[in-house]
Amino acid sequence: MEKKVVDKNIFVDALKQSFVKLAPHVQVKNPVMLVVYIGAILTTALYCLSFAGIKDESSGYILAISLILWFTVLFANFAESIAEGRGRAQADTLRKARKDVKARKLKSADNVDRYTEVLSADLKKGDIVYVKAGEQIPMDGEVIDGAASVDESAITGESAPVIRESGGDRSAVTGGTTLVSDWLIIEVTAEAGENFLDKMISMVEGASRKKTPNEIALQILLVTLTIIFLVVAATLLPFSEFASSQAGAGSAISITNVIALLVCLAPTTIGALLSSIGIAGMSRLNQANVLAMSGRAIEAAGDVDVLLLDKTGTITLGNRQASEFLPVSGVTEQELADAAQLSSLADKTAEGRSIVVLAKEKFGIRGRELSRLNATFVEFTAKTRMSGINYQGIEICKGAADAVKAFVLKKGGEYPDECEQIVKRVAGAGGTPLVVAKNNQVLGVVYLKDIVKNGVKKRFEDLRKMGIKTIMITGDNPMTAAAIAAEAGVDDFLAEATPEAKLTLIRDYQAKGHLVAMTGDGTNDAPALAQADVAVAMNTGTQAAKEAGNMVDLDSSPTKLIDIVRIGKQLLMTRGALTTFSVANDVAKYFAIIPVLFFGIYPQLTALNLMGLTSSTSAILSAIIYNALIIIALIPLALKGVKYRELPAGKLLQRNMLIYGLGGIVAPFIAIKLIDMLLTACGIA
Amino acid sequence: MSYIIWQDIFYIALLIGLSIPLGIYIYKVMTGQKVFLTRVLTPVENGIYKVMGIRNDEQMGAKKYALSVIAFSAICLVFLWALQMLQGILPLNPEGMEGTNWHLAFNTSASFVSNTNWQAYSGESTLSYLTQSLGLTVQNFVSSAAGMAVLFVLIRGFILKKKTTVGNFWVDLTRTTLYILIPLSLTVAVLLTSQGVVQTLSTYKDVATLESGAVQTIPLGPAASQIAIKQLGTNGGGFFGANSAFPLENPTPLSNLIQVLSILLIPAALCVTFGKAVKDSKQGIAIYAAMMILFVVALAATTIFEQFTGPVFNGVAASGSIEGKEIIHGIGASSLWATATTAASNGSVNSMHGSFTPLGGMILMFLIQLGEIVFGGVGSGLYGMLAFVLLTVFIVGLMVGRTPEYLGKKVESYDMKMVCLIVLVPLLLTLLGTAAAVVMPDAASWLTNSGARGFSEILYAFSSMGNNNGSAFAGFNANTVFTNVTGGVIMLLVRFIPMVAAIFLAGNMAQKTMVAVSEGTLSTSNTMFIGLLIGVILIIGALSFLPALALGPIADYLTTR
Repeated sequence: MEKKVVDKNIFVDALKQSFVKLAPHVQVKNPVMLVVYIGAILTTALYCLSFAGIKDESSGYILAISLILWFTVLFANFAESIAEGRGRAQADTLRKARKDVKARKLKSADNVDRYTEVLSADLKKGDIVYVKAGEQIPMDGEVIDGAASVDESAITGESAPVIRESGGDRSAVTGGTTLVSDWLIIEVTAEAGENFLDKMISMVEGASRKKTPNEIALQILLVTLTIIFLVVAATLLPFSEFASSQAGAGSAISITNVIALLVCLAPTTIGALLSSIGIAGMSRLNQANVLAMSGRAIEAAGDVDVLLLDKTGTITLGNRQASEFLPVSGVTEQELADAAQLSSLADKTAEGRSIVVLAKEKFGIRGRELSRLNATFVEFTAKTRMSGINYQGIEICKGAADAVKAFVLKKGGEYPDECEQIVKRVAGAGGTPLVVAKNNQVLGVVYLKDIVKNGVKKRFEDLRKMGIKTIMITGDNPMTAAAIAAEAGVDDFLAEATPEAKLTLIRDYQAKGHLVAMTGDGTNDAPALAQADVAVAMNTGTQAAKEAGNMVDLDSSPTKLIDIVRIGKQLLMTRGALTTFSVANDVAKYFAIIPVLFFGIYPQLTALNLMGLTSSTSAILSAIIYNALIIIALIPLALKGVKYRELPAGKLLQRNMLIYGLGGIVAPFIAIKLIDMLLTACGIA
Repeated sequence: MSYIIWQDIFYIALLIGLSIPLGIYIYKVMTGQKVFLTRVLTPVENGIYKVMGIRNDEQMGAKKYALSVIAFSAICLVFLWALQMLQGILPLNPEGMEGTNWHLAFNTSASFVSNTNWQAYSGESTLSYLTQSLGLTVQNFVSSAAGMAVLFVLIRGFILKKKTTVGNFWVDLTRTTLYILIPLSLTVAVLLTSQGVVQTLSTYKDVATLESGAVQTIPLGPAASQIAIKQLGTNGGGFFGANSAFPLENPTPLSNLIQVLSILLIPAALCVTFGKAVKDSKQGIAIYAAMMILFVVALAATTIFEQFTGPVFNGVAASGSIEGKEIIHGIGASSLWATATTAASNGSVNSMHGSFTPLGGMILMFLIQLGEIVFGGVGSGLYGMLAFVLLTVFIVGLMVGRTPEYLGKKVESYDMKMVCLIVLVPLLLTLLGTAAAVVMPDAASWLTNSGARGFSEILYAFSSMGNNNGSAFAGFNANTVFTNVTGGVIMLLVRFIPMVAAIFLAGNMAQKTMVAVSEGTLSTSNTMFIGLLIGVILIIGALSFLPALALGPIADYLTTR
């Protein structure tokens, strides 16, 4: 995250771009600003004509209007350039990572010695390359053999290397990243120009930026308003001509003033800032290390009202921790702790370690040298669902209740009812019971607890206030899931989640009219990701998952979804707020201009000059100077976005209406009056 | 003054009281449910379908529906045009009226087909009974029925999910005419005749007046039947030139009340229908409230301006601005009527708007310029208002951090295009029409007044035609080739472009799925939204017309006070 919104290089570059963008083919893309642009050209022409004696106002006045209009156009260009500039800076960093490297292209995957050296740019889809430690991965691909740690900091900014291996969900590699250890055999899945890094560069640079659906709809509204004001301003020529002939005083208003009025009234503020808002929203997303594949996705994020959140990592801390030893009668807690600790010493899982920690905390049981005990460790497998230790003829095992029960019964022991009760109680409370047995005797249960993250409950409450439902996705059984769901305060949960169940859940919610967001990484998540409205694929995930999603989270953080929703909403709010502000501004501009515009025809209209502006010249100049300056003044807001709070729609609207609606009416009254006083003081009026 | 206030309160209470049951009745008719007239009218309805060869189970897509509306209206236009030009050789013409000229006939046809009822002629001296009843009265029915049909289509657009059809125009047209307009008109016509409104086919009567035996010709005709539908269908075209200021068209205070109630009755009831149809009465109430607030404010302003800003003659007790108003109605009932007829796109008058005070007249003009959505025309008022609702939803809806939606339907770029067409066309044509008129070299010769008031006359005329209202700021000579032709074209465009846009909007909406409502959804039925809706309507109206109004009524007021 960069602290400063704009650094010096971007600023200088944006200044340059402001002039480059004066080219007609750039201006045509923004209809509202095009009107100002044409107005500027026309007034310039009028200024030139004024020397030939053809003039409807004094040359100096026409020049002043013309200059202010040119500045208005430049300010709009500047706003866009500065938003683009931040993206371009990001893109430059990325481009450094994208250099052509020599790749070892293999004839076949089973012989790494038979290769030809080719440039990475010449690789084709389906080619197989061999990469060794210290080398750069030449192109996006799928690992088909080997395992290695890869430094992906060029893309993610995260310096800790990540594991990439064949098979499973961590098989996708990205061109431009570097192997830190070992080797990989990779099948190329993208060609030069269309790989991930290229896509990323063009996205952050805004080069491939298309207008988003809502932006297009808003553009239609802005064009409509502009057409209305174009006709309002243009018809004033005949109207005032007729009125002056009827009144027998004054004359038709000048073309210069018609243009000034039009520019004042057209929604130039939002017209100038609209694309900056879009680009800035995208770059806020990039700063959160999320890459949206389309602008549509970021808008959909604002609309999302159902979040599917993975339990692990989002709601609970990554791993379960031992929190209690619950012995059966006849066994002391310490005995149980001792046995459990012994069986966990060689267990490298987080659960195992937490048992050792708990035993030390509670009873001061220290680590023992396993080799001294002449012990062998029994590793956990999915089949036995137990782990344990054998030493000096003693077998200690710990594991899932039914697995241990079977083990004890087989050994001729008994499985006490009491143990069954404890197991049920623990599971009912959302924990995972781990039964410990020594030979054929059940000692008791270790209570493994899912630790709900700090503050998630509050977070979900806030989301609920905004009308967003949170749904916890977990592989746990329904009882455990229900307990954790209650503790975390989610609205609903999906227990024993399978990819099919997720897909069905998403479809159900969508059928009820909800928009669903989810995160996924595995290949089996792909159908659900493709179905979801906002689908965030983890960067560590498979190629299939990344292709199915419409966003990629480079940090692979499960909580990212909430940030994405925030950024989406903020983007839409900023757009709405500035549109409202822009339209509300017109009220004051009218009160500045109308009374003085027809002064010559009906001097009595000065009764409407509520602001007490000095003269018609100063009033019109003040209004269009305000009109130009407000663009510059609002650039920081367009880039940062309006302040975002998790509030219900009604409250949000009230707040924003007060600031941007009411503020939009009041602010220009004050500002125009001040500018007018300043102009008067300078003797321009 | 206090009797005026009580009179207005009584009127509004009566209006609300009657509009609720009528709204529910219209909802039942719209959805084909059984009503008390079903048994009587079903055979008639089926008979019509049979004779006309209509398959009443056919469902139309937006395109076909729009084509049906246009084709139907085009045929009506040509028929009416021909009828007027040929009336001299057709029967039922006791006064021997000659065929009218082509441009007046075109203007009148366009005016009645578009539910405007702008009258560049005087009924009693221009049209035969046949033209009045077979031509104009029929159009009064079907043009308002078409407006209601299009509203039904738009409502269906909001209710339907993933559908490509929006209803059947012929069925909608038949049912609204048969079940709603005819029974209501019959009732009102009978009530009006009881008050002395004429209904006869006999020739005009010559009567001796009190004025030293002078003889005056009193025009007669089948008036009551046409007046009932002229008010109910927001048509407004008077049987006689002086409209409801003429004693035989509006003889008593009670007939005045019945007529002024009829002006707003159906447009108000349709708000209730809307709430019923979308299964959320609050939505209907919100729109009703927004319209009512705008109406009450306008009514209060008009009344106050008429009562207190009239001309003051030294030494004479102030009576308010009574010029151009009938003594029988006074300032209160005249202001009420004037506000109602301009709020709705009715256009009938019981006083001369051209004689209103500058600011009172400005309120009337502004109500028209808002796009005839404060109750507005039958059907067209509400679909115009719904366009403003969507516009409001779009502008302020973004501020809650979601893409805009209304009644569970997302408002996207296609919808915005249609909404903008509905809002844009009347504004532009009003301004452009006025501009075209003032650049005519002999424009000044059409006016009775000069100065700012002269400009007001032209602005009012084109606002009236450009929003399908039909009332006039008397004093403007409307029967010229220029005004007849441009006015006729404007009335047609302003009626049918938004109408077709509303149908296509409905077609697009019907194809969408519903979005679920949550805490994060913008409420479109609370006080906040009603306020915002009113704000958007006023700002769009004010921004578009303030400069023109400054040169007309505002300058008029400031230069004559």
